Amino acid sequence: MENFTPVSAAIGGALIGLSAVLLMLSTGRIAGISGIFSGLLNLRGEDKGWRIAFLAGLILAPVIAGLVGYGMATPALPANWIVIIGAGLLVGFGTRLGGGCTSGHGICGVARLSPRSVAATAIFMVTAIVTVAVTHHVLGG
Amino acid sequence: MWIIAPLLCGLVFGAGLLISGMVQPTKVLGFLDIFGTWDPSLLVVMAAALAVSVPGFRLADRGTRPWFAGQYFRPGKSGIDAPLVTGAAMFGVGWGLVGLCPGPALESLATLSPGIIVFVVAMAAGMMAHDGWQQSRLTSQRDREFASATDG
Repeated sequence: MENFTPVSAAIGGALIGLSAVLLMLSTGRIAGISGIFSGLLNLRGEDKGWRIAFLAGLILAPVIAGLVGYGMATPALPANWIVIIGAGLLVGFGTRLGGGCTSGHGICGVARLSPRSVAATAIFMVTAIVTVAVTHHVLGG
Repeated sequence: MWIIAPLLCGLVFGAGLLISGMVQPTKVLGFLDIFGTWDPSLLVVMAAALAVSVPGFRLADRGTRPWFAGQYFRPGKSGIDAPLVTGAAMFGVGWGLVGLCPGPALESLATLSPGIIVFVVAMAAGMMAHDGWQQSRLTSQRDREFASATDG
């Protein structure tokens, strides 16, 4: 457990929770990133302003952090483009079919004790852990 | 001026992912890799987020309407159905393959990494494929109902 960072994890987690609460109190919306993003992918005009504002803030965060000297490292991704594209397709299709991702189900839904969200969170945790076990230990990637 | 609120919420959310390290796929994969050198940090992130959001949502439940909107938009579904199970399972496989879920993926667009851009485009394509498929299912269902109504 040498990579365990409980203090920064607790501070970061509290901020994520705070953001979800503030979005609900101010605009009445669930801070589910997959839902916020997918709402921008259709041509119908309504209901887009708050989505664009939230995602702009999300993308601006590392830009501002970089300006004050805490630049974000480029994320390490698999070298195989097929894996990146396949994973992106699964995340996109799966979050739409299942109605949410780590934020919408995992934080907002679980906080509201929604049985759907508790089930979804348990399921995507298990399939993600199995996927990592298979790719890292069985296939040795 | 209400638009400042969701912008600030996005900034705070992004700061949380940055500070916790969850914007980095290696950090997330360290949590998911329970058979390797396990890193429980993501569990602490979720626990801390819930410690704030559980009382926060209770507070919101007591209010009649949000500060800058006419009503609360809360999910209406409550049952656990096949699409929920299948969708969550698919999402988990994609998450485990790369270590990216939608929040960190979109936030990482700031690095202009080609891999991140490709992932986000594929994610958008997956979402649009789902919505197109749902739309065509609804349309064919309506056609069938219309046909049986005219036949009967």
